[in-house]
Amino acid sequence: MKRLKRYFRPEQLRELSLVFLMGLIFLFFGTQIEGYFSPRIFNRVTSDVAIIAVVAIGETLVLLTRNYDLSVGSIVGLTAFAVGKLLSFHPDTLPIVALLAAIGLGIAMGLINGLLVSSGRVPSLIATLGTMAIYRSTLVAYPAGTKNVVTHDLPEWILDLCRTQLFSIGEFKIRPVVAGALVLFVLFQLMISYQRFGRRLYAVGSNPEAARIGGLPSQRLVLSAFIICGATAGLGGFMYLVRYGDLTPAAAQGMEMDVIAAAVVGGVSTMGGSGTMIGVLLGAMMINLLQQSLLRWLVISNFWVDALLGALILVSVTIDAVIINRLRDVWAQRGLEGNPVDEKKIIEEESLDA
Amino acid sequence: MRRLGWLKSWEGLLLVILIVIIVFNASSTPHYLQVQNQINLFQLHIEKIIVALIMTFIIINAEIDLSVASVMGLAGCVMAYLFERGLPFGVCLLAGLLTGVLAGAVNGFMVSYVGLTSLIVTLAGSIGYRGLAHVLLENRSIGNFPEWFDRLGQQPLIGPFPLALIVFFVLLIIALIILQRSAAGRYVFVIGNSSDVARYSGVNVRRVKMILFIVSGSVAAFAGLLLAARLGSMRGDTALGAELEVITMVVLGGVSIFGGTGSMFGVLLSILIILNLRNGMGLLNITGEIQTGVIGILLILSVLGPNIGRWVTEAWNRHRRVQHMHDREKGG
Repeated sequence: MKRLKRYFRPEQLRELSLVFLMGLIFLFFGTQIEGYFSPRIFNRVTSDVAIIAVVAIGETLVLLTRNYDLSVGSIVGLTAFAVGKLLSFHPDTLPIVALLAAIGLGIAMGLINGLLVSSGRVPSLIATLGTMAIYRSTLVAYPAGTKNVVTHDLPEWILDLCRTQLFSIGEFKIRPVVAGALVLFVLFQLMISYQRFGRRLYAVGSNPEAARIGGLPSQRLVLSAFIICGATAGLGGFMYLVRYGDLTPAAAQGMEMDVIAAAVVGGVSTMGGSGTMIGVLLGAMMINLLQQSLLRWLVISNFWVDALLGALILVSVTIDAVIINRLRDVWAQRGLEGNPVDEKKIIEEESLDA
Repeated sequence: MRRLGWLKSWEGLLLVILIVIIVFNASSTPHYLQVQNQINLFQLHIEKIIVALIMTFIIINAEIDLSVASVMGLAGCVMAYLFERGLPFGVCLLAGLLTGVLAGAVNGFMVSYVGLTSLIVTLAGSIGYRGLAHVLLENRSIGNFPEWFDRLGQQPLIGPFPLALIVFFVLLIIALIILQRSAAGRYVFVIGNSSDVARYSGVNVRRVKMILFIVSGSVAAFAGLLLAARLGSMRGDTALGAELEVITMVVLGGVSIFGGTGSMFGVLLSILIILNLRNGMGLLNITGEIQTGVIGILLILSVLGPNIGRWVTEAWNRHRRVQHMHDREKGG
């Protein structure tokens, strides 16, 4: 037990239990659904998870600073639509230009959110609830020709991008999109755990007042978090276009719910200052695995997906509040070595120093 | 000049905006000021403005309820589902209302006794309750409710006023009295300002929050039934996304999202502004989605505007102080 305490922190325990739970789900549906362990489902889940997960990276940064971004669904929809239109009008656009256009558009929208929150002092809930509606109606009012993006107008490389595989292990294909998402996750996990910028985000989120008094540039940090969130949502928009091809003005509507759900199930606190990228990735995978499995399970109707998702969020937040927080207290009390902190000893040492 | 001082308050500003919108609408379309158009304008969004009344209490209490739209949908769907199964219609209505009470109780329990953030609880609620509505009706649409029910929703009841409008005004008066003239209303404000202070002064914070969420669920369910009566049919996605507008109405009315301040009068004015704005845009053939975007801009401006105003006055005062000091130095 002492050893366990030394090597694991409560967050890691939480992540391990998510993996365990996912394993249970996997085994359960494996006995229920024919051909469940086939590569097709693996490919399906991975390419769906990639989009949600990439958008969740930025959302997590924003959540860490104790803010919300409810407009990511609209940003994904708008960038996917705009880049789709760009490519159908100018099919000879270079892929890299299209990708940068998507990210740039996302950054622009993230910048608007960030400025409203950091400089305008508008509570993030209000600001992004408003921009969610504004971006969506910009998309609906989009003046260019027909209202939909159709696959056969798009250049060939877009379609290839979602078919090709980087490498495959047996029949299990790793697509470029999936590999890209994984690389991003590793990068951002390293950034928030080791880089100054990442640590400061935690500081701002866990106690904004202390961070301000401690001299951290809170406004600028919040602004950067929103800009990165816009960028990842823009990237998510590009991936959405690659994945689905056919788009209506309602594209990615309500995605912000899935993204926040992924973050929360993965252990990111909505009160700011705690959460890891690995957890978020696990949360996104867990939700998508559940969705895809329930769609194929014939025992109950697939309309149960959302009802169960709501329950899952509630359960995971409750577990967080009740169990993990208590564990965290225990950890903090006993100290890192697994020994109870001896207050007398500390006082003696302090008096010696004096 | 001093008599006009109240215009500087938020309510005063809202009143001026409202008058501008009404004058503009009246001058651009002749039908606008007819009684029938005025009643239609309420009737089209009557469910949302009823829910906005209880949302005012919740937000003043420093909480939020994102699940109202889903509860509206779920209550209607439970009613429709049982009706389809051939139960007596009265039982169906009662079951619909009970659904709202239950949904509100779940939210309230999670927020006040488990101690979770209301944003996440009701976000989960809004996904989950909507999901249950889809489970019940799948992708069917159920209609053909008893004739009296449809008539209640669509035809005038007393004079030119339909039932829902009368209900709204009765609830408005009750809400006004409770919030501004009763001890319960004071509790709501105190908890919104600081729930710790409220607890130390002997207010049962948990019970107040619990009751508010239960009432919120019940009112949302009632509004959902009114919506079913007005539309004459229910689907799983009825009232999708209505929470955005409800929250906009409340926040635009001067209720702080951090709780503790706000008035029913302000909310009433902002309801009138939004309804008249939508009606005016509708008469000018602007589509619903664009209208929502305009409401979104209004929502942001309602918080950003006062902030900018405050900076301008502060900067102006600083400027004047500096000027004053300069003058004194020259004189001395």
